[in-house]
Amino acid sequence: MVKLTIDGRQTEAKEGMMVLDVARSMNIYIPTLCTHEALSPYGACRLCMVEIATKSGRSRMVTSCLYPVEEGLTVQTNTQKVAAHRKILIELLMARCPNNAVLMDLGRRLGATPAFFPEENPGKNNNCILCGLCTRTCAEVVGQSAISFVSRGIGREMAVPFFDHWDACIACGSCSYVCPTGAIILEDKDGVRSIKMPHNEKQFELAQCEQCGSYWIPKRQIAWMAQKSGLPVEAFDKCMDCRD
Amino acid sequence: MLKRLNSPHELEDLKKSIRSCRDLNKTVVSVCAGTGCITLGSGEVIEALRKEIDAQGIGHKVEVRASGCHGFCERGALVNILPQNILYQRVKTQDVPELVAKTLVEGQVVERLLYPDIVTGKRITREDEVPFYARQKRLLLEHSSRIDPQSIEDYLYFDGYKALGKALYAMDPQQIIEEVKASGLRGRGGGGFLTGKKWENTRDAHGDVKYIICNCDEGDPGAYMDRSLMESNPHSVLEGMIIGAFAIGAHEGYIYIRNEYPLAVKNATNAIIKAEEMGLLGDNILGKGFNFHIQISRGGGAFVCGESTALMASLEGKVGEPRAKYVHTSEKGLWERPSNLNNVETWANVPLIINNGAKWYSGIGTAGSKGTKIFSLVGKVRNTGLVEVPMGITLREIIFEIGGGIPGNKRFKAVQTGGPSGGFIPDTLLDLQVDFDELTRVGSMMGSGAMIVMDESNCMVDMAKYFITFLLDELCGKCLPCREGMKQLHTILIRITNGEGTMADVQMIEDLCSTMKTASLCGLGQSAPNPVLTSLRYFREEWEAHVLEKRCPAKVCKALITYNISEKCPGCGLCVKACPETAIVSKGKKQPVELDQIKCIRCGTCYDVCKLDAIVVK
Amino acid sequence: MKIDEAQIKTKVRGILQKFNNNSAMLVGILQDAQSELGYLPHEALHAIHEYLDIPLTRVYSVATFFKAFSLVPLGKHQVHICMGTACHVRGAEKILDSVKRELCIEPGTSDKDLNFSLETVNCLGACALGPIMVVDGKYHGNMKIEGVKSILESYKEPGGKI
Repeated sequence: MVKLTIDGRQTEAKEGMMVLDVARSMNIYIPTLCTHEALSPYGACRLCMVEIATKSGRSRMVTSCLYPVEEGLTVQTNTQKVAAHRKILIELLMARCPNNAVLMDLGRRLGATPAFFPEENPGKNNNCILCGLCTRTCAEVVGQSAISFVSRGIGREMAVPFFDHWDACIACGSCSYVCPTGAIILEDKDGVRSIKMPHNEKQFELAQCEQCGSYWIPKRQIAWMAQKSGLPVEAFDKCMDCRD
Repeated sequence: MLKRLNSPHELEDLKKSIRSCRDLNKTVVSVCAGTGCITLGSGEVIEALRKEIDAQGIGHKVEVRASGCHGFCERGALVNILPQNILYQRVKTQDVPELVAKTLVEGQVVERLLYPDIVTGKRITREDEVPFYARQKRLLLEHSSRIDPQSIEDYLYFDGYKALGKALYAMDPQQIIEEVKASGLRGRGGGGFLTGKKWENTRDAHGDVKYIICNCDEGDPGAYMDRSLMESNPHSVLEGMIIGAFAIGAHEGYIYIRNEYPLAVKNATNAIIKAEEMGLLGDNILGKGFNFHIQISRGGGAFVCGESTALMASLEGKVGEPRAKYVHTSEKGLWERPSNLNNVETWANVPLIINNGAKWYSGIGTAGSKGTKIFSLVGKVRNTGLVEVPMGITLREIIFEIGGGIPGNKRFKAVQTGGPSGGFIPDTLLDLQVDFDELTRVGSMMGSGAMIVMDESNCMVDMAKYFITFLLDELCGKCLPCREGMKQLHTILIRITNGEGTMADVQMIEDLCSTMKTASLCGLGQSAPNPVLTSLRYFREEWEAHVLEKRCPAKVCKALITYNISEKCPGCGLCVKACPETAIVSKGKKQPVELDQIKCIRCGTCYDVCKLDAIVVK
Repeated sequence: MKIDEAQIKTKVRGILQKFNNNSAMLVGILQDAQSELGYLPHEALHAIHEYLDIPLTRVYSVATFFKAFSLVPLGKHQVHICMGTACHVRGAEKILDSVKRELCIEPGTSDKDLNFSLETVNCLGACALGPIMVVDGKYHGNMKIEGVKSILESYKEPGGKI
């Protein structure tokens, strides 16, 4: 256990914990967009930056999602400097994805000036902020790595290989679930699941429950579950509600 | 078949035998076979020399050696006649017969091939009297022009691997680290971190498997010191790495070489094979029972992979994305294991320190920056090339005394150091003593050693735009402030150079730069503001001219200039033919031509083609 | 002549063997594959993913991250213009503009008959010779605008215009 101070409040934390998680357990608000408790931290959005001073007196700004706690660490989560940088960061995001409700909300909270920066791609409606939650979920939780970041730099996009190779995707929708800005839209209708990514869209057949007849899961996902568990496909013929 | 060496004693004996075998009265014609001189035809010069020497029947008295880089790139192809140390410059194949006849047969110099003093025009015979060389302190580069990089015997001739023998047999790992610490050596790649301390941290880190990495990614545009070292004297780098591996307790090493350096890859690969054959690398090095293997890995064309964590990601076969360094790579680096990464030049300094001692090394340079530094002096300077100078020398000395000043009677305007991470330094600071801390103090940094000179015809707003454009193409795209911030910076700079900027834009630049500096994930984004901020700081009037007057004082920014035909144009029509947009028409014999401003795309072709200064840029 | 899938697979297998099927050497593997095949066809990326048993997304991400790789066929002649600082200061932009005009293509593309590909390089490390144009690995230093046309002409098909 190490002793540290966050916003003037002393606390103890297990070694190896990140400052962000400790602060959250103390109900201290730190905005984030690219972090999730089920995933490894990534450090892309930089919103969780805080001011720290180590025991030896060295002070700087770090991303709290990736900074491990230290004995004698002093953390300030919302100084003037921190607030000024967070404002610019959210303003940059709002220029990238204008009219995005989630970002505008966060922008209001962080005191952003609307349209401070000119719109990036006028007319192009893209809500993807390249946070990597979807790609990391697909790799670390689902284990399929069906999507990834493609190209480098300003041309970077989240996509399936070659923009049309969906073979590894099991249409589970975890990516859509975890996306903070609604850039991946999932819709189930008439026995078909459609997943709309920033680059294109794909339809997947849904399987029907033997018992109640409702369309409950993509056929691909059943095939995947069967393969992973070693059970036959028939073991998944009933939906979650109809199972014993 | 190379002899396997099992002790420093055997190494010493071999060196003695190599030295005694070589006839010290034999003339060696050392021709630079570095990438630059090869482009200027030195390969053909080497062939022609060998043929002519054979034809003259003096092959038993003269050896033609394809050597490493001579460093005076402006004057390539370079030829050195040893032992007299005669320097011939700008040698072409047609010069070979005269060179062979006069110098090698008759023992006379060929005047016209000697270097002419810039001021007096007097021809200088000896290389060490040419000002470009005389004022340098060539410790690392000394042997490059004397050895054939393909030959390990040439390296051994000059006491190669003697430091390794000493480190393995006369010192223990702790002593080696203390020596490197005491020398004050700081990283030459840009970080400037104390090398000995880094080694110590890696040695002390938890874990049995540790790695040594040599960063030869050298992405800074304008920098080619590492290319030169790796091409010309790869063994000096290997020797440093092996000593480091022994001190740290690592058994595996990597040299990461840029994709754009094929000759460096070739020469390093060959050096590894030969060193392994001789027991100087690989298993049971020099019979000490210490194993260390080195693998070469090529980059894929990504500047960001010069950043240590991005480089390591690339070594793991992943995209070259940096990661947070709150836990240092000396603790968790390649494959999450303790890794010591150093730049090529840093590694090459190690054998010098071990051979001559920390006291000697720390006697060179300034209080905070010890030793020498190799700079690539390029741009608007007479003597472009690689210069090695002691830390603490002034910018003025480097640019004017070694560099020979600005060509074409133009005025010095600025020098840029540190690559895209560094800044511009104006003429008022020419007497700055070059070292890590001084350069940082004025807003720039040492970086890898690129030193780019600019004159009055370069626009400092355009230069700021250049660096942001470069970084825009190279950034990895992972983190928000760098990716989105660089885009916005670029958009603003384009508007300013197009004459559409406002003072509010300048304020926005300053806000963006502040956030990028603080919030970016890695050094690329954090230091991207440096060129822009130093340009604003030292050349504010130029920015204000662009923004408030829509004028480019240096006459560079296309949208703000026009090309005009002066009255002295005699109508020769060269520009008419050359103009890609047929915007210039002939108006008859001996009449000035006419330029249509609407058709003109301001490509500058007419200006370059005109031999009579009849085109004026306004 | 287009190489068929079976040939690509064979070549890829050979390259992977050379690298001991080590996925950490992915960048080197892709470089050798591009060297042998002229570019990186999608069959090659698929083959690497299959034989190394690594996700296709990883192969594709790496192949699209590094500038050295091309997923589309390259022209017969490859032109690289150095845009490093030293070259820029000596007028590399004008040389690039001149090449673009001469070949009628933008950097990162090839002409439709695949005679020429044009690409910019962020410093070749031969700064004393700037500005530099490299055609098929041959360095042309101290480039002047007038020289662009004649050098490129020498690579064009006789009687042909792009």
